[in-house]
Amino acid sequence: MTFAVFVLIVGLGAARAEAESMQGHAAGIPDSSSIVGPISERAQTEVPVVSQQRWPSPVMDRERRLFTLVDVLEYRPRTGGDGSNSDYRWDVEGWYGGDYNRLWFKSEGQQDTAFKADYDVDFQLLYGRFLWKHYDIQVGGRMETQSFRGGNVARGMGVIGLQGIVPYYYEFESSLFIDQGGAVSARLSYTKDFLLTQRLILQGRFQTNVAIQRVEEFTTGSGLNNLEFGARLRYEIHRKFAPYMGLSFDRSFGETARLVRQQGGDSSQIRFVVGVRMWF
Amino acid sequence: MNDEVITRRLLLKRAGALGLLAGLQPFISSCVSHRLLSPTHPRPDISTLSGELIDLVISERSFALNGKTGMASAINETIPGPLIRLKEGQEVTLNVTNHLKEVSSIHWHGILLPSHMDGVPGVSFSGIEPGTTFTYRFPVKQSGTYWYHSHSGGQELQGMYGAMILDPIEPEPFQYDRDYVVMLSEWSGESSEVMLDNLKKFSGYYNFQKRDAQEFLADAVRWGLWPALRNYVMWDEMRMDPTDFADVTASTFTYLMNGLPSAHNWTGLFRPGERVRLRFINAAAMTFYDVRIPGLTMMVVQADGQNIQPVTVEEFRFGPAETYDVIVQPSEDRAYTIFAETMDRSGYARGTLAPRPGMEGEIPERRARPLRTMEDMGMADHGNGHTGHAMEKSSMNLPGDPNDHGPMHGEDMNYAPEGHGRDRSPILGAIPVRHGPDHHGTGNQTVAEHSQNRMHEPGRGFEQSSRRVLVYTDLKSLVPYQDQRAPEREIEFHLTGHMQRYMWSFDGKKYSDAPEPIRVRYGERLRLTFVNDTMMEHPLHLHGMWMYLENGSGAYLPRKHTVVVKPAERLSVAVTADASGPWAFHCHLLLHMEAGMFRIVEVSV
Repeated sequence: MTFAVFVLIVGLGAARAEAESMQGHAAGIPDSSSIVGPISERAQTEVPVVSQQRWPSPVMDRERRLFTLVDVLEYRPRTGGDGSNSDYRWDVEGWYGGDYNRLWFKSEGQQDTAFKADYDVDFQLLYGRFLWKHYDIQVGGRMETQSFRGGNVARGMGVIGLQGIVPYYYEFESSLFIDQGGAVSARLSYTKDFLLTQRLILQGRFQTNVAIQRVEEFTTGSGLNNLEFGARLRYEIHRKFAPYMGLSFDRSFGETARLVRQQGGDSSQIRFVVGVRMWF
Repeated sequence: MNDEVITRRLLLKRAGALGLLAGLQPFISSCVSHRLLSPTHPRPDISTLSGELIDLVISERSFALNGKTGMASAINETIPGPLIRLKEGQEVTLNVTNHLKEVSSIHWHGILLPSHMDGVPGVSFSGIEPGTTFTYRFPVKQSGTYWYHSHSGGQELQGMYGAMILDPIEPEPFQYDRDYVVMLSEWSGESSEVMLDNLKKFSGYYNFQKRDAQEFLADAVRWGLWPALRNYVMWDEMRMDPTDFADVTASTFTYLMNGLPSAHNWTGLFRPGERVRLRFINAAAMTFYDVRIPGLTMMVVQADGQNIQPVTVEEFRFGPAETYDVIVQPSEDRAYTIFAETMDRSGYARGTLAPRPGMEGEIPERRARPLRTMEDMGMADHGNGHTGHAMEKSSMNLPGDPNDHGPMHGEDMNYAPEGHGRDRSPILGAIPVRHGPDHHGTGNQTVAEHSQNRMHEPGRGFEQSSRRVLVYTDLKSLVPYQDQRAPEREIEFHLTGHMQRYMWSFDGKKYSDAPEPIRVRYGERLRLTFVNDTMMEHPLHLHGMWMYLENGSGAYLPRKHTVVVKPAERLSVAVTADASGPWAFHCHLLLHMEAGMFRIVEVSV
């Protein structure tokens, strides 16, 4: 059902994209003494009347592209104590489209974090419109599934997102989620690259989740759910392929922390990570 | 006069007999025909074609360079294509056969001709379909150094370009003993489509000269921690990269001189004391070159094929599609390096002028990558009461920053405002103009809050140069140009774009969002004013008609086919609409054009 809504939105967006006006501004000079003199008598050549309709466009400025960024794909070895396990994590996103209209996809997967006791996987499909200067607005749906008391639970959500680059050059991503039961939550993340050398790059990463309602089976309490700080040092062997290692500090709060602990999770973690960042 | 020609020819035959460059491996294996080195041959294996009927064949070849192999689109199987040498006043017929698998075209850059012979698919014709021949036919109405190239997608970058020399009917107003084409270009194993794809996804893809921790530490030592930090944070705050001088760099490009990488050292021979004419053509798709010949001064005699009042310089910068003809007089019996460093300093092309083949001159020390400043964003404080900017500027342009030369130029601009003589005229935009309220929409990142003319500035990277560098205000036509009418109408184009998204446009709209032609009345005298709202230089090319650079030279405005507009610059050209039909107008950075920095100008009655 969420998907149907999504398709509708995409359709609307595409239709809007068609309507664009044209033309640069031309203005007469107010008071230039226009001396109209003879012009060189270069014979005017007749331009053959051909059906110009079938001519190709002189430039290819409407190309659509597919972009996939695997920003996080990592292994988190067991650190001992408090029942933390070796596990994996990913954060992938991308789009298909042109300069203004894009179909976005995003997926995050995590296991045994301070926010999710066992595994949690989500997938988003969004229509995005280049809104203003540095920001894309996104609308679509999200599917989330996680383990709860040994079983699987899943939910669908509507998503409104805003993504872009904020001043001071931070990549910024924010999403508002409303699940099928009406529970509202939000996620905010920032990343920033610091160049140690041209290829050795330290990525700082911050993420937080908040919720209005308590949704027990998704270990979500009301209020601030968690805070996460990460530092990942990557080496760009190629612009598109960079192995990294780093540290991630992750902590959940209040009701969320209690729910995580009830499920056997660790609500405060410092983890070593090793992974690869790539895009294509 | 005839004698002189013969002597020259003899000399060059002898040079050819010396087997100049015989040791050179031709890059395209099938073109091993070593012909005599003729005066203007870019390379011995590249032919010269002249006469009334010329056949050109476009075909795909593999091209290996420095261990990298790629597919090239070549004209008559060489890169560059053959030198086409015609005589002013003749008619020419060029049969161009396309053996590629895709539509192709050849555009005669800077040549005045009927618009349907201009060779721009989608504007002047439908293109040359695979397996077909298109016949170009036009009278040669001008003289000078020009070039030709494909106007289809990325074929130009893949090797489809060549030099074109139009010999004048009247004798040239300068003397020389030798004549060489020096065509600068670049080669990459990546296609332009791949480059555009990479840049659209990550605009800093090819820039490996960004400011990193090491540079920050060096700056902190030089300027102090706090000023350095403020400067770095300020650029980040604006979401701009001050190291952005070339979208595509030496990280993928090999820079070529007459089709040869610097290791292969293209060589032009001379005898000490001779006057050598060098016809510099920037046939690069994406590269601005800074050209000098250490030990020699260059007398610039032509710009874009047009005679100018000779001006002596030690270095000049030129953008894609511009040409300069210079005369040098090497007096010593030694090798002189022709050094063409890229504007971003990531690489260079070089060749040699030498008395004997096989000689090499010293390669000059490479210069540091420059930095953009507040002025490049049109945010400099011009004393117009915008006190807010004074602070920003002081934190942007650091104490002792080589780029800080702001107030100095204010003094230079005492161009005679009124009552100017025949060789003086006001320069539009000499006094900074505040940007209007239109910020050109979503697809434009910034606007130059204040734009002003910068034709007297050599450009970024020359701040500390003690060399005499050519500037646009040096260019003065040799004879007064014909149409001296004041422009009746002005069209203002804002050069716009978004670096992070790699979008390029005019007035915030790429071509496909503004396909309607800009209508111009036949015979009209028009002023085009370009306002560069971006932080990059753009070489703008108008097809079919000259642009008379309004650089203050009164009746002697120089005319150009390609005009470079600097960041935050306001620059005007006058145009006499004396060629009817649709004409392309675009940025000659190939990827900017492909991204949509393109318009059609339609001249009709």
